[in-house]
Amino acid sequence: MTKLDSKIPEGPIAQKWEHHKSSINVVSPANKRLIDVIVVGSGLAGASAAASLAEMGYNVKNFCFQDSPRRAHSIAAQGGINAAKNYQNDGDSVYRLFYDTVKGGDYRAREANVYRLAEVSANIIDQCVAQGVPFAREYGGLLDNRSFGGVLVSRTFYAKGQTGQQLLLGAYSAMSRQINKGKIKMYNRHEMLDLVLVDGKARGIIARNLVTGEIERHGAHAVVLASGGYGNVFFLSTNAMGSNVTAAWRAHRRGAFFANPCFTQIHPTCMPRSGDYQSKLTLMSESLRNDGRIWVPKEEEDAQAIREGRLKPTDLPEEKRDYYLERRYPAFGNLVPRDVASRAAKERCDAGYGVNKTGEAVYLDFSSAIMRYGREQATVQKLDNPTDDQIRALGEKVVASKYGNLFEMYEKINAENPYKTPMMIYPAVHYTMGGLWVDYNLMTTIPGCFAAGEANFSDHGANRLGASALMQGLADGYFVLPYTIGDFLSHDIRTGPISTDSPEFEQAEKDVRQHLESLLNNKGSKSVDYFHKRLGKVMWDKVGMSRNEQGLKEALDEIRQIREEFYKDVFVPGSLDELNPELEKASRVADFLELGELFAKDALERTESCGGHFREESQTEEGEALRDDENFTFVSAWEWTGDPRESKLHKEELVFNDIELKQRSYK
Amino acid sequence: MKLTLKIWRQKNATAQGKMETYQVSDISEHMSFLEMMDVLNEQLIAEGKEPVAFDHDCREGICGSCSMYINGQPHGPRQATTTCQLHMREFNDGDTIYIEPWRAKAFPVMKDLVVDRSAFDRIIQSGGYVSVNTSGNTLDANAIPIPKEDADEAFNAATCIGCGACVAACKNASAMLFVSAKVSQLSLLPQGQVERKERVLNMVDQMDKEGFGNCTNTGACSVECPKEISLENIARMNRDYLAASVTK
Ligand SMILES: Cc1cc2nc3c(=O)[nH]c(=O)nc-3n(C[C@H](O)[C@H](O)[C@H](O)COP(=O)(O)OP(=O)(O)OC[C@H]3O[C@@H](n4cnc5c(N)ncnc54)[C@H](O)[C@@H]3O)c2cc1C
Ligand code: SF4
Ligand code: FES
Repeated sequence: MTKLDSKIPEGPIAQKWEHHKSSINVVSPANKRLIDVIVVGSGLAGASAAASLAEMGYNVKNFCFQDSPRRAHSIAAQGGINAAKNYQNDGDSVYRLFYDTVKGGDYRAREANVYRLAEVSANIIDQCVAQGVPFAREYGGLLDNRSFGGVLVSRTFYAKGQTGQQLLLGAYSAMSRQINKGKIKMYNRHEMLDLVLVDGKARGIIARNLVTGEIERHGAHAVVLASGGYGNVFFLSTNAMGSNVTAAWRAHRRGAFFANPCFTQIHPTCMPRSGDYQSKLTLMSESLRNDGRIWVPKEEEDAQAIREGRLKPTDLPEEKRDYYLERRYPAFGNLVPRDVASRAAKERCDAGYGVNKTGEAVYLDFSSAIMRYGREQATVQKLDNPTDDQIRALGEKVVASKYGNLFEMYEKINAENPYKTPMMIYPAVHYTMGGLWVDYNLMTTIPGCFAAGEANFSDHGANRLGASALMQGLADGYFVLPYTIGDFLSHDIRTGPISTDSPEFEQAEKDVRQHLESLLNNKGSKSVDYFHKRLGKVMWDKVGMSRNEQGLKEALDEIRQIREEFYKDVFVPGSLDELNPELEKASRVADFLELGELFAKDALERTESCGGHFREESQTEEGEALRDDENFTFVSAWEWTGDPRESKLHKEELVFNDIELKQRSYK
Repeated sequence: MKLTLKIWRQKNATAQGKMETYQVSDISEHMSFLEMMDVLNEQLIAEGKEPVAFDHDCREGICGSCSMYINGQPHGPRQATTTCQLHMREFNDGDTIYIEPWRAKAFPVMKDLVVDRSAFDRIIQSGGYVSVNTSGNTLDANAIPIPKEDADEAFNAATCIGCGACVAACKNASAMLFVSAKVSQLSLLPQGQVERKERVLNMVDQMDKEGFGNCTNTGACSVECPKEISLENIARMNRDYLAASVTK
């Protein structure tokens, strides 16, 4: 059995990374040319890793299922990226970012990894600016910052509401440069469907060319999985339609442990669903909570009147509104972390104060901010006795400059003008903190198989703070993995090219082909989406924002039931040797149906509440998440045994030397 | 509402394609255009038929995957809106909607509404970057202040999503708007100056090799661009190109 060795370096926390970098094995530049690395994924983590590895001299093959690496899901990130630059001189530091992240994650992350993340964060911004990423700037020409939830400093760098796009295009351009030089070979419209192990090491993948349908073998000395998160197990989420767990799950089935699968982030500010045909949910960036105030009516009858269209929110006087986050959490107010804000919204809606037809929505209101900015502008422009309308117009301009594209997006979807009437929002599945277990080198429990970005479990514990995923993806890809992978690859300088003619490749290819053929030959009666939606509903109702023992046990059985029906009754049209989007979906949903069960099992076994994982049995008197440090200060790492429910639990005990474990408080 | 859909069906890159007619009903005005397509596809699957293939991923107007030519307009009737953000409230009960793929020599159809846009990637590979290694040994991010106006203008150019609607809109299938957006972004920033000349020459050269047409300044590209990328970028690129050509 594999032993969980997190390989945390010795020494004081502030010196671990420097020390580690200078003491691990490295591969000389001449030898790097002899080594091939496969990177699956072209999001922030994959693109930055591929570019950096190629620059260092390795031969890289990169895979993505979209038609261009620039379209990876990271492109959709809106609000910003954190870095401990302390440009605002508000007392930020590496330690503070480290502390905020560990606390934000409700003390379920590995200290050493988080410290390293905070340490390299400042470099990311330097790197991106050098690449020509057009971050927002102040009038003096210096970089601007904003605040995100769960912190008291302003350390978030942004490019309007398109930060992910700008960062990804930066990484994509670095990759493009290496493709041009022939150091990266790019495989667009390719999907990894299995990991190949030779002598216990990851030595390649099986991928399907999504255009021709051909099933291909690709060998390499190491495989990096940067394939993103698995939020789409809920069917509805803010993730892109194609985001999936397949790459990570196939690696899991080959021996990589899956850590904390139940740690999921439900984001408080998303557009509420409007009907059964809904295919995805749209995020409204957390940055909006800098200026938006969240409320519901104080009186139930007002909420009812609003739901029935008899009352407009703008007509409800101040004293009849309940700014419940400001009321419950005076210190952080609207900027409490996401898990706290989401549960608070659910609590109000469950209690009958929800404001749209479905009763599942709260208001995010910009009117105070518009007037405040308007007054500031009026003063700057030296207007005498400006009217309210003048002030509002000035304020709307300021708000537009900060969030314009988000407001437009809202209007396109909802046909309502959020400058004039408050936005309606509701929590939605957004991010998965869980993922493949990795050690300090980002290596999974399979030697030679690495995981980076959202695909690994590493840095966010039980709840991720806003603007920290982009930071982690780029930290992993630009600054961590390119070094740590050398420790493994240094043993491969004499290995020579990996042949794909071995029995291992042959068998893996056969397995993949058989699985796809069985889906195509099934000739059932129901579409893939039919099963995916059913899975999503069970996940949301019983394994969602609030979980309890009975519900989780039911979920375990129901998911298994859906999986069995899927294999009996799914209908996948078309054939193997053509572009076949339904086949792609079917193979992804098959993996979600297994993951879902492990997810529910993990949630069942962790009887404490922590971060985004809320067990109703474990809460404080005020309804806050109550951790059980004595029994659960560990990472759950699951080993595949052939049946998700029978997976074997391994524990990585978490040791906190530099931060004291405390009940999280944002009051 | 009830709609009649006329959709381009083509089995693969070499097959002949043709328009097919479909009916959908119970379409809500709150649905997005792609959700309407989902309804059609579920219907086709239920009838044991092959669904319509189309590219899509983010469904929020940022990845640039979706690419439908709707009633003679790339991304349909609403300005500054991608297909995935288009909502059915833009249409009326009983409408007939024509849905085709992007049409351009440099974007061959692969299946139904899916086209091959890898030419755009190759243009970026030819020079759409700043040649700086990701070593982290760069200047502090605030070492070079950049006037806010320049940063904002560079940002506006950089919001291009690489969808290709500009090419589809242009009667010459020119890629000038796309290419000029990247050239402009980097020309406007101090970081882009060192390679400024080489970049524009290489990217234009690659654009021509890919078989995109010439620009005759009709401006349809910018009108149809979902991100409202401005024609000024083309003018800026032309100036850069001229300057680079004479000093070459
Ligand atoms: C709407 C939205 C807004 C967000 N905003 C922010 C924000 O403001 N700040 C922040 O810090 N975080 C934000 N996040 C989170 C953040 O965007 C993601 O966590 C992060 O971008 C993930 O990056 P990644 O590189 O790990 O994976 P992804 O960007 O998801 O990339 C995955 C890649 O893997 C490829 N892939 C997957 N499976 C396979 C396979 N089997 N074969 C081949 N290729 C495969 C895909 O093609 C893709 O290239 C946001 C997330 C969402 C959904
Ligand atoms: S310039 Fe506009 S239309 Fe052309 S690719 Fe970019 S976003 Fe699309
Ligand atoms: S699906 Fe991403 S832009 Fe339309």
